[in-house]
Amino acid sequence: MERIKEKFIELKEKKEKALVGFLTGGDPDMSKSFDIITKMCESGIDVLELGIPFSDPTADGPVIQRSSARSIAKGINISKILELTKKIRTITDIPIILFTYYNPVLAFGVKKFYKQAVKSGADGVLVVDLPPEESDEMTKFWKDDNFSLIRLLAPTTPLDRMKNILKSASGFIYLVSKTGVTGSDGLDASKVLKQTKMIRSACDLPVCVGFGISTPDDVRQIASFADGVVIGSAFEKLIEDNIAKPDLPSIIAKKVKECKKATVFSQ
Amino acid sequence: MNSKRKTPDSNGHFGLFGGRYVGETIMPAILELEDAFYKYSKNRNFIEELSSLLKNYVGRPTPLYYARRLSKEINGASIYLKREDLAHTGAHKINNTLGQALLARYMGKTKLIAETGAGQHGVATATTAALFGMQCHIFMGIQDIQRQAPNVKRMELLGAKIIPVDSGTGTLKDAMNEAMRYWVGEVKETFYIIGSVAGPHPYPEMVREFQKIIGIETKEQIMHSTGKLPDTLIACVGGGSNAMGLFYPFLNDKKVEMIGVEAAGKGLDTDKHAATLSKGTVGVLHGSKSYVLQDKFGQINEAHSISAGLDYPGVGPEHSLLKDTKRASYLSITDNEALDALHALCRHEGIIPALESSHALAQAMKTAKGKSPQNIIIVNLSGRGDKDLETVLSFDAKQ
Ligand SMILES: Cc1ncc(COP(=O)(O)O)c(C=O)c1O
Repeated sequence: MERIKEKFIELKEKKEKALVGFLTGGDPDMSKSFDIITKMCESGIDVLELGIPFSDPTADGPVIQRSSARSIAKGINISKILELTKKIRTITDIPIILFTYYNPVLAFGVKKFYKQAVKSGADGVLVVDLPPEESDEMTKFWKDDNFSLIRLLAPTTPLDRMKNILKSASGFIYLVSKTGVTGSDGLDASKVLKQTKMIRSACDLPVCVGFGISTPDDVRQIASFADGVVIGSAFEKLIEDNIAKPDLPSIIAKKVKECKKATVFSQ
Repeated sequence: MNSKRKTPDSNGHFGLFGGRYVGETIMPAILELEDAFYKYSKNRNFIEELSSLLKNYVGRPTPLYYARRLSKEINGASIYLKREDLAHTGAHKINNTLGQALLARYMGKTKLIAETGAGQHGVATATTAALFGMQCHIFMGIQDIQRQAPNVKRMELLGAKIIPVDSGTGTLKDAMNEAMRYWVGEVKETFYIIGSVAGPHPYPEMVREFQKIIGIETKEQIMHSTGKLPDTLIACVGGGSNAMGLFYPFLNDKKVEMIGVEAAGKGLDTDKHAATLSKGTVGVLHGSKSYVLQDKFGQINEAHSISAGLDYPGVGPEHSLLKDTKRASYLSITDNEALDALHALCRHEGIIPALESSHALAQAMKTAKGKSPQNIIIVNLSGRGDKDLETVLSFDAKQ
């Protein structure tokens, strides 16, 4: 049951790169969120990154801030996202990574979170404000090697620090494409390529690149060398702009298909 | 300090609290800052330059003043005021901004950013930026821009750019969120001056080190004038920098009682208060672990205080440790009590205190009751109240 590993092997054989889709769980409400995610899975996302809403998302730009606020306004919390994860697991086999700030995990209980996340069918967690310096307090309760703590690397991460972080990495590496919060623009593919090469020389886990990737063109550029691309704000923006439309799930699905196409290199 | 253990430890932990809970993009900047702080705070030139500025620019040492008429009126302990309101810019905040801005200059950074609530830290940062010829952006919640209007004008006059923050409740917490987001994008050339003993390591330690001058002077001054240590130290606690600055040099003087005063707003039994240590639970906010006002799912609650500088749902990690080890006690004062204390100081001593400091004063007036005049209470009068006139007058008009 190593979903992440198997997914990347499968993609390699098909000469495809991973499309990682991020959404804040429960946005715009729980049942629509489930419908949107279902459609996204049917339309070709390879990995789901499911966000747990937080009141003070300091690493996120305005779009994801607002999506988090909408979700909280509907009474969504970490416990409900774990229930949502369980439900999503019944309709898909793709890897599910929970995305969160540390405080909701701490308030829920780090041990309880681990147990319930594994039980709900999640394959890992990315805790955006929990650097390696502090993460032992969470991972000391982990027993299952198949549950990954996804590590972040940033353009500002120096080489020696990067090598240290890679030593304890698992699942895949999340490379932040630029210095900035989520959703900011100014993607520089040549810089990302350089850093991806550096990571590859030190580690053989798949490298997924995220932050500020929004169009199929962005996807094609990054996917030409990385193992996966993460799209978040662009999906959330679509939710926001079409929030009252009954065909919202199909609108997102269309975007997924366009982006997925840009990750296929087999022809 | 002859404490058995150094606080914080090498990872910035004060017991269970503190640490560095930030995204990877700013983690290297925080490590760089830590190295630079440890390096330059031992550097002769740095030390001399800072102490010369504190003396000639800020006007230190600030007086320790015996509030004779107020003490007489209460008919209890003797109340002394550490006059941080007389420091340049009108609050203790300048001690810290000078230290950090000087460090920024030694590190070759060209741009300063800061969050501000009451505007005192913003004014102090803008002042320092002007002094050093640096660019300056101040993040301020829209609610605070309204209630601290004079400080907004002062910052603009000093050449700073004000960035209004309308997310959340438009108060200090949101301003800090936005400053952190901006910092993530501009981390190479920008120095983030945090205004209290909060934030990720090394900020809580660094800000304490720049503020401990308050306690060092106080100890000398009280020994000089009375020949003994005080019985009690009292300071207001927003993030906790003026309190930490006063308390720290007395931590090993076990007989000196320490009281931190939080804002009880409309009352601790309502949801309109900012009493983080009294009513909060352990959480992570703005990069460190400490007591936090939050719900059971870890969403941060809104704080409330009439005083913008105390209107914050977090608190510095070292205060959380002092609370848990019972070295200090933390009480709270309501909006109304603080206003009464403000009026009392105006009428009995001719000093208009900041609303923040009025919380400490109100507690001192309570604690002083029934004690003998031999008993010495020192209040950190952290700032002056000019910025609060509008708030005070409109509140009085409603009564
Ligand atoms: C005059 C004054 N006192 C106190 C505070 C509270 O901050 P701290 O608890 O860090 O001293 C402020 C903050 O703006 C202030 O302006």
